[in-house]
Amino acid sequence: MIRNIAISSTFHLFIVLITAMSLPFLSKKPIDLPPIISIELIQITDKTSIPFAPKAKKIIEKIKKKEKLVSEQAPPKIVKKEKPDAVPLPDEKIEKVKKLEEKKQNPEKIENEVKQVSEFEKEELFDPNSIAALIDKSKEETAETNKKTNKITQDQDRSIDMTGLSLSEEDALKAQIFGCWSIPLGLPYNESLLVRIKLKLKPDGSVIRSEILDHARMNKPGQGFYKVLAESALRAIKLCQPLRVPTTGYERWKDLQLNFDAREMLGG
Amino acid sequence: MLFRYLFILIILLPIKAFALIEVDITRGNLSPLPIAVSSLSIDEESKESFNKILKNKDMGLEISIIVENNLKQTGLFNPLNKNAFLQNPDIAHLKPRFEDWALIKAQALVTGKVIFIDEKLRVEFRLWDVLAAREMMALTFTTVPSNWRRVGHIITDKVYERLTGEKGYFDTRIIYVAEEGKKINRIKKLAIMDQDGFNTKYLTLGNELVLTPRFNPTNQMVTYLSYFRNLPRVYLLDIETGVQEVVGDFPGMTFAPRFSPDGKIIIMSFAMDGNSDIYTMDLENRIVERITNHPSIDTSPSYSPNGKYICFNSDRSGYQQIYVMKSNGSNVKRISFGKGIYGTPVWSPRGDLIAFTKMHKGKFYIGVMRTDGSGERLLTQNFYQEAPSWSPNGRVLIFYRETKTDEKGEGFSAKLWSIDLTGYNERLVETETDASDPSWSSLLSN
Repeated sequence: MIRNIAISSTFHLFIVLITAMSLPFLSKKPIDLPPIISIELIQITDKTSIPFAPKAKKIIEKIKKKEKLVSEQAPPKIVKKEKPDAVPLPDEKIEKVKKLEEKKQNPEKIENEVKQVSEFEKEELFDPNSIAALIDKSKEETAETNKKTNKITQDQDRSIDMTGLSLSEEDALKAQIFGCWSIPLGLPYNESLLVRIKLKLKPDGSVIRSEILDHARMNKPGQGFYKVLAESALRAIKLCQPLRVPTTGYERWKDLQLNFDAREMLGG
Repeated sequence: MLFRYLFILIILLPIKAFALIEVDITRGNLSPLPIAVSSLSIDEESKESFNKILKNKDMGLEISIIVENNLKQTGLFNPLNKNAFLQNPDIAHLKPRFEDWALIKAQALVTGKVIFIDEKLRVEFRLWDVLAAREMMALTFTTVPSNWRRVGHIITDKVYERLTGEKGYFDTRIIYVAEEGKKINRIKKLAIMDQDGFNTKYLTLGNELVLTPRFNPTNQMVTYLSYFRNLPRVYLLDIETGVQEVVGDFPGMTFAPRFSPDGKIIIMSFAMDGNSDIYTMDLENRIVERITNHPSIDTSPSYSPNGKYICFNSDRSGYQQIYVMKSNGSNVKRISFGKGIYGTPVWSPRGDLIAFTKMHKGKFYIGVMRTDGSGERLLTQNFYQEAPSWSPNGRVLIFYRETKTDEKGEGFSAKLWSIDLTGYNERLVETETDASDPSWSSLLSN
């Protein structure tokens, strides 16, 4: 009996010791001091890019594995070469980027086109892998702090490329249009007073084309109030031009839908 | 097989798709719309012709001023100063330079042309959307030159309707009781004027006391209360012909008359032996019908626009309150439950609201509530004011307000005031004399 208890106790003690002592040993790694990354504080974006978080995590892990190689052996230039390799761009896209370079060299080209292409370039170059390049760069070239910080902000912008405008961007646009929209006060508040307008925008926020989505309703008999509301909304858009749109991510907002809803204001 | 691979390849190609971003705009500004009313262009020959007939120096300018004033009165428009205009009226009427008008912040532009042709006045006008750079409306009117003020009002109605989505109320008239003399010995006459206070005409001489005139919504008939030989009775007056008659042969006092929406029935109160009830009289066959039968005082009846319901006030609950019933007198329901006394209910021509006078703690309020009594809103408060009457589009109320007399019994006055449903745009309506009991006509040009 005592023997059994002794065996059990010894065994348990052994397990406790192993657990207490061996696990830290197993996981022990040399202390890895992360390099200082300079971060520019930008306007708060309220939407996170949650779908990208797991991807980003994987990428960071990959980079950590490569870290030693980069820091110990590879000169900075090699890392720079790795950057485009890490970005799996289709051939077409690379061609377009080349075209852009050509355009930049040609001073006779129209400014707008250049702008559009430059936005396009940003868009196409976007890839979560570019985070890797950033981290690498920050480790290697501490002198180029400014450039890096710029890239960080662009990346953050890119990360919300697929998710729409951030709340602060949306608020800025709303606030601008609120000021331009004179609501026709004579409208009956109990009717359906929603006008949806689809816009095609230039990168500078000016409107290329505006289209009322329920256009057929405009000329229906008894829908005079709808016509009045739609016209007031169009006037507001024209008055507000150029719209206060974000400076980056043109592809994201080049098509925009504005829903003008007067019920809240007329409801009394 | 090749096609299959191609198809798979196409599917697998990386395509970047962006969801359409939607932004909800739920607020706007309520500041008046900046509008430029250009003087209507007129040639020298026409100008001289009008000057001879009407002693009117520049008909084009005068009409544009009427439009401007009307629009300003609404509180919804901000007519811009003519001195800021960069384009001449004649050229602007043909083809406005929209950049010039946008420069002075105009969002809409009214241009026009006046011609004297075949002894008649011909007025063209166009409404332009300055920002969209396009014409919104173009109309021409031909009439006798003496109707020139009405032309201004009709243009305003059209502009108002096109820009706000509801009918205007400018080509209308207001009938009221014109008052003169000291408070204890007032002379009261029936008077009628354009809604902007011009063209006042007196319909009675002032020998008898007149009260509560009401327009027929369909034509130029008026019903009112007059004390003839000290007996108050409801009368009917044709404004065009001046023919006057007593409504019904009641053995007692009749008062608070009002027309039904189709103008065929007069609804009023009839008082006898200390009890007053609501009666109707069909103007075609003169059949009288009793609508309420209650020992309390039922008065101030007013039909809903569809003629199916009647609102009135009654003291059957102890205090004077507003009630609604079916037009045959059934289903009587009290709708006012606030503190104070409620009176003179009037159903809006739009059908959604009932305007009323309320007295509470010695002050008088003009307010509106929904037809079920909910959403009571008091628009204005004063020492003494009552008798609201709706504009034909149900957006503005006209009422009268009396001021206190001083210690010597002087300083008393009664004036007409208007206020819109927002409660902010309160304005004095100019009248030649003191005025009370206003009633707004329907649109003269339908």
